[in-house]
Amino acid sequence: MNEAEGPLSLTVPEPEFRPGDKPDFSWVAVDKAGAVRRPAYDEDPRDFRDLAFSIIRVLNRDGEAVGPWAGLLSDDELKKGLMDMMTLRAYDARMMTAQRQGKCSFYMQNLGEEAIGCAFGRALEPGDMNFPTYRQAGLLIAADYPLTSMMNQVYSNDGDSARGRQLPVFYSSKEHGFFSVSGNLATQYVQAVGWAMASAISGDSRIAAGWIGDGSTAESDFHAALVFASTYKAPVVLNVVNNQWAISTFQGIARGGSGTLAARGHGFGIPSLRVDGNDFIAVHAVAKWAVERARRNLGPTLVEYVTYRAGGHSTSDDPSAYRPKEESAAWPLGDPVLRLKAHLIAKGVWSEERHVQAEAEVMDAVIAAQKESEAIGTLQSGRLPSQRDLFEDVFETMPPHLLRQRHQSGY
Amino acid sequence: MPRRTMIEAIQNAQDVAMGADARVVVFGEDVGYFGGVFRCTAGLQKKYGKHRCFDTPISELGIVGAAIGMAAYGLRPCIEIQFADYMYPAYDQIVSEAARLRYRSAGEFTCPMVIRMPTGGGIHGAQTHSQSPEALFTHVAGLKTVVPSTPYDAKGLLLAAIEDPDPVIFLEPKRLYNGPFDGHHDMPVTPWKKHDLSEVPDDHYTVPIGKASVRREGQALTVLAYGTMVYVATAAAEESGIDAEVIDLRTLLPLDEETIVASVKKTGRCVIVHEATRTSGFGAELAAIVQERCFYHLEAPIERVTGWDTPYPHAQEWDYFPSPARVREAFERVMQEG
Repeated sequence: MNEAEGPLSLTVPEPEFRPGDKPDFSWVAVDKAGAVRRPAYDEDPRDFRDLAFSIIRVLNRDGEAVGPWAGLLSDDELKKGLMDMMTLRAYDARMMTAQRQGKCSFYMQNLGEEAIGCAFGRALEPGDMNFPTYRQAGLLIAADYPLTSMMNQVYSNDGDSARGRQLPVFYSSKEHGFFSVSGNLATQYVQAVGWAMASAISGDSRIAAGWIGDGSTAESDFHAALVFASTYKAPVVLNVVNNQWAISTFQGIARGGSGTLAARGHGFGIPSLRVDGNDFIAVHAVAKWAVERARRNLGPTLVEYVTYRAGGHSTSDDPSAYRPKEESAAWPLGDPVLRLKAHLIAKGVWSEERHVQAEAEVMDAVIAAQKESEAIGTLQSGRLPSQRDLFEDVFETMPPHLLRQRHQSGY
Repeated sequence: MPRRTMIEAIQNAQDVAMGADARVVVFGEDVGYFGGVFRCTAGLQKKYGKHRCFDTPISELGIVGAAIGMAAYGLRPCIEIQFADYMYPAYDQIVSEAARLRYRSAGEFTCPMVIRMPTGGGIHGAQTHSQSPEALFTHVAGLKTVVPSTPYDAKGLLLAAIEDPDPVIFLEPKRLYNGPFDGHHDMPVTPWKKHDLSEVPDDHYTVPIGKASVRREGQALTVLAYGTMVYVATAAAEESGIDAEVIDLRTLLPLDEETIVASVKKTGRCVIVHEATRTSGFGAELAAIVQERCFYHLEAPIERVTGWDTPYPHAQEWDYFPSPARVREAFERVMQEG
């Protein structure tokens, strides 16, 4: 033992604040809106490594959209984006209640992260494919996937296209560019790269988008995805949603000594950007940039969305056990719905009155869909998928042993 | 009729598949320019181009995960894991993803792919180049598991696997790559080119998945075997003078139960032979099926001859590997009963 330095000791990172602490995020370096430059699509990634450590932002405190990443979306597109986020929030609220009423077994809301899926979805073309996690329902809303179909899945009723086989929110819709959610964490990331490689092998023009959370970047699948994407210059956007919390584990446990999660891309030579995940316009602009790079056969981009999981991990989680209740409000990047609303009001194309009216409109739409879905059934009552379905789709053709088991089960 | 080693038959199957269907892509560690450490993909990159046959990083997880994405896109990946022993980093992708994608999406996304892996011992490969992990696949709902034992079957089953709409684990008994090894490690192996089962047509054909083959007809007892053990069991039958019927299962899942049941009902005795460790091995499933379906026809307890429940050894390889002598002893035990 080196007597001067003492024995070895293990480092276990801790979040700054625990329940009872007063959260203070004044240390978080938040770049001013408009301050971070926009590289050319074909710029050498080595020349903008700094973008993995800054935060690309467009909306400033006065609700103005400023800087080189602003100006891509029309007023109507922005209003649609706001309505999408509000729809997702209303949908989440209704489904959280439905879970407490026992109409579904489980639910996972998107609260505080609505901008990411809703804005990213607008950057894709029909035929592109997302490989999402369980918290990208905004992609489906942006793609105009029917709310009733989403609810049928959550209720595991007879209208569920996946025959009630998956946990609530593990949606699947090829038509809407949404790959079947696994829930196994990170597995989809390398599949997204494979899908993108297949598109390139086939001389296609479609691109893929992989999704992962901060915690799951620690999985080997993340690193395998980055090395394959890098080696084969796959046309894929590799998205990391850093919402600060992996159930009860703060992002520092997965991040370790790396300055940011985006910086993980540097070892693979993958251009890596960090963006304000609560800024709808910034998310869309960065997504569009990364999608365009992929489409031009310039290869993968890693994008870290800095956001905050304002709700629990799931309906089975109580975050007050591991983080201060006030932490969400103290988080410096604000609320994505309020920020886009303020921008549209500052532009003179939206108003408080219009917003109240819009809130009623989206809630009416959600309630109408809910009635339609509940008329089919919920986990408690109504029409559920047939027990016969238990044995279908294990293989395309049912082999004799499964047929025998189905007969044994009484179907 | 051209004669081929099992390696050449596997190479030829991929050549035929790639020629017939542009969706078939082949990749893995060392499979591109070099043509694979066992040469099973020799010449494919040169013939079909780098975008259809290529080398990958040493990441089994990445190879299988990328192939799943490609299969979901609409390609038909036929990928190589260099040794079955290297499969474990990819196991989550195989079990949780490839096997369940059709089920969890109710057929919206599917995973038509083949994962080829050299398997089994007898090559002084020790614990990391000799394992027989078939039971780790047959236990998973949604996977088909195939083990050929001849060059003819290797080509026909591989083509059937590539054309199958679901993921297929294709286990290649590497000790059979160059000849029908019968367990007599101190004697030379007859090369495939001198064996009738190495007659492999140039053209496309398939051997159906899910059908066993009776390799040796007999009346005294039934042997259930696959891969290298088919030849070990056949040698035991010839040397013991016991008229054993040797069934080569060829596909472990879906299993051809009817061929098994018909044979055991005829002979009344059953010996199961596999290289893998005994406990919870595929032989346990076979024994359960035989007793469920043939109980009143059995004249003697079912015997299992397997690898021991140890890691695969190096210097002690021939004490581990089921030998014709051990199989003969099992034959004698089942013949003494009843």
